[in-house]
Amino acid sequence: MTTLAIRDVIVRYGADSDETVTALDRVSLTIEPGSFVVALGASGCGKTTLLNLMAGFLRPTSGVATFDGRPIEGPSSERGVVFQHGALMPWLNVIDNVAFGLRLKGVPRRDRHQRARGILRLVGLEGMEERRIWQLSGGMRQRVGVARALTADPDVLLMDEPLGALDALTREQMQELILDIWARTKKSVFFITHGIDEAVFMASKLLVMSPRPGRVVASIDLAFGRQFTEGAKAGEVKAQPEFIVTRERVKQLVFSSRQLAEGAL
Amino acid sequence: MSESRTLQSPWAGSLRVLSLGPRRARGRFTYVGKVSVATCVAMILLWWIAAWLEVAPAMFLPSPLAVAAKFVAVWRDGFQDATLSQHLFASLGRVVAALAGAIVFGVILGFAMNLSETARGIVEPLLEFYRPIPPLAYLPLVIIWFGIGEFAKILVIFLGILPSVLIATNDGLKSISRDMVNAARSLGASRLQVVLLVLLPYALPSILTGTRIGLGTGWATLVAAELVAATQGLGFMIKGAADFLVTDVVILGILVIAAAAIVMELGLRLVQRTLAPWQGHQ
Ligand SMILES: Nc1ncnc2c1ncn2[C@@H]1O[C@H](COP(=O)(O)OP(=O)(O)OP(=O)(O)O)[C@@H](O)[C@H]1O
Ligand SMILES: [Mg+2]
Repeated sequence: MTTLAIRDVIVRYGADSDETVTALDRVSLTIEPGSFVVALGASGCGKTTLLNLMAGFLRPTSGVATFDGRPIEGPSSERGVVFQHGALMPWLNVIDNVAFGLRLKGVPRRDRHQRARGILRLVGLEGMEERRIWQLSGGMRQRVGVARALTADPDVLLMDEPLGALDALTREQMQELILDIWARTKKSVFFITHGIDEAVFMASKLLVMSPRPGRVVASIDLAFGRQFTEGAKAGEVKAQPEFIVTRERVKQLVFSSRQLAEGAL
Repeated sequence: MSESRTLQSPWAGSLRVLSLGPRRARGRFTYVGKVSVATCVAMILLWWIAAWLEVAPAMFLPSPLAVAAKFVAVWRDGFQDATLSQHLFASLGRVVAALAGAIVFGVILGFAMNLSETARGIVEPLLEFYRPIPPLAYLPLVIIWFGIGEFAKILVIFLGILPSVLIATNDGLKSISRDMVNAARSLGASRLQVVLLVLLPYALPSILTGTRIGLGTGWATLVAAELVAATQGLGFMIKGAADFLVTDVVILGILVIAAAAIVMELGLRLVQRTLAPWQGHQ
């Protein structure tokens, strides 16, 4: 298993124009093998930028991003990505989107469809195999995006608000599914969300970020997700006093970091 | 159909994208289709009336009936040593060959321009240089350099079609979202796989649109291409008829070119709907 690390990274957009944005300011973090790292923070605090860095879509202005000790030079199938805006391929139907990674590896059509069908069943999209992407609801599209990344079976899953468009019930089911898969496959996960409840429930390490400039203001080790994967019911986990206290603390953190940023404006 | 008609202005259908109302389900004959047919009928009627009133001498403005009679005559007996179908297929062959060449070169060059700055630097000035020049202007050069054979004729039509396909391919590729390419790359796609499995299908609707536009230009350069040393072809037929003031054959030639172009256009639209049904849904 492999460690993904970010060291003293600064990312500035528009360095060659007058309007430079410091999206990340001296950010360091480590995603240990098998950990579930959640990034939480207001819109524009650099969460997607951080993910792009880890995926290899973006080079830092300064600092380094390493995977397994080697600098990240570009994207790789070791690091699977679920995109904030889907990035599904409209010329492929649902099952071919989900099986796309296997097709790239040369897996025969029958086998890859069988695998894809299994994953689609997991995310609750059975019977949707032949649908066109534009015929899906926003929440269905997000689940296709998750299924696509899962089917390719990467070491690390990088997910950018993968559950943002889901209704409350489906969202909780998907949280549990992702935790299940995480525990079963021992993958590392980097998960971006705006949901405080979701963040506290799922994270083994929770990063609270603040905007302008993008910084990690707190890193909290948590174990509620573990409790769930070790057999506790999600409802029970979330009803514990510790959970509620932690959630309120995190809410305070997010709130005060935002006020801080607004005060700085 | 009739219910939604009462709710929308007559233009709502054609301005579907702009109108805020819901899309209307399509029937066997669309509203647009009906208006189109009515327009054609009206034009023919107008022409008929003008000829009947003898707005101009029959030699200059033959009636639709006279042209129809000419159609039968040329079909059966030919004009300038070739029947109408021989003229038609000679031209059709040239246009189709030129179109095929333009698609191959246009797509390859359009991709090259997007994938390599060097290629862009080479292709762009050449394309922008020759694109605005009328085919009749460079026709002499083509003949001097490539002779008066079939190749030179196809080349002229090819040069007319190429820019549309090339520019449409290039523009289509430019609009791809970075995420889409990144998605493929993080699923393990090689550069070649990105080109063949992501960029090519993504650009397909644009390529087909470019082909449709190019086809129009291709037919438009036909007469120029068949101006010198042709013995068959619709352009040649029109030119010959014009020289002897056989106005009905000129009109006949125009109508046959229009008909052939429309059939190909409709065929391409069908191809586009079949191969790229996601267009407009992204
Ligand atoms: N390509 C870009 N060019 C210029 N500025 C950018 C670019 N991408 C992001 N930014 C800026 O960098 C900052 C961080 O953006 P980022 O997308 O990482 O935020 P985020 O935390 O993912 O926000 P959200 O929760 O809304 O998705 C923002 O101020 C944004 O305007
Ligand atoms: Mg984001």
